[in-house]
Amino acid sequence: MRWIWIDKFTEFEPGKRAVSIKNVTLAEEHLHDHFPGFPIMPTSLMIEAMAQTGGILVGYERKFKEKVILAKINKATFHDIVRPGDQLTLEVVIDNIADEAASITGTIKCGENTIADIKMMFSHIDNNIAGMEFPEENFVFNDQFMGLLRFYLPEGTMDNFS
Amino acid sequence: MAMTREEIAEKVQEILVDALGVDDDEVTEEATLMGDLGAESIDFLEIVFNLEKAFDIKVPREELFPAELASNEEFVADGKLTDAGIDKLKSAMPHLDLGDFESDPDVNKMSDLFTVASIINFVEGKVN
Repeated sequence: MRWIWIDKFTEFEPGKRAVSIKNVTLAEEHLHDHFPGFPIMPTSLMIEAMAQTGGILVGYERKFKEKVILAKINKATFHDIVRPGDQLTLEVVIDNIADEAASITGTIKCGENTIADIKMMFSHIDNNIAGMEFPEENFVFNDQFMGLLRFYLPEGTMDNFS
Repeated sequence: MAMTREEIAEKVQEILVDALGVDDDEVTEEATLMGDLGAESIDFLEIVFNLEKAFDIKVPREELFPAELASNEEFVADGKLTDAGIDKLKSAMPHLDLGDFESDPDVNKMSDLFTVASIINFVEGKVN
């Protein structure tokens, strides 16, 4: 299994907002255990999908040179369950972005039906105010991930990146 | 626009309740952010973001966080702030109420200086 919980971006406005899509399928192993006979997408993975959508939008602002990690889930309210065959639309808006951190507001929908409202924060961990040290290597936006990103971000989005 | 201390306190309370997931009545002026309200570093950034938005102010990080002070040899000796350190703390963060801290300036106790009142004082200094 690959740890990628969104399938593609459909909109990408640097510094402002992004929209991604996640198609839920019974080919995902965990759905057979969550729960046997009643497969629904775990809410924790919806949070991860939101973190990936938001994290890429935030990472883009520093040309993916800084490590961006999910630091806090301020709020996550779930209104409905998600089943195999559902297509989720994840919309993220950046509320704040600073040297040390960023905050976003996100909504997950299935069609017109709102599934979740989420607010979260990301830390730019090389500038974290707790003074903690992390490895130099970029374990967030590594080569493998960047290769994929070029494929699924809208064409031209990364033209200016070295 | 000038705001009264009560108006500022009310908004600050709202921001802290939201950021720290605590109850209204826990956010007293004497409550310490880290000790009593359980604030962590990422919470401070959320508080800063929300203070900036709510009061339309800029919050330079070094005015709210003493990290640099505590790691500077000129200002800390044997786990206590030196006289120079205390002077620096007073000038950099006039919104702190040092109380008895000066008689035993243990760096580990520094976090207790960051109370709800210190945030209200800080905002009051910025908006008025």
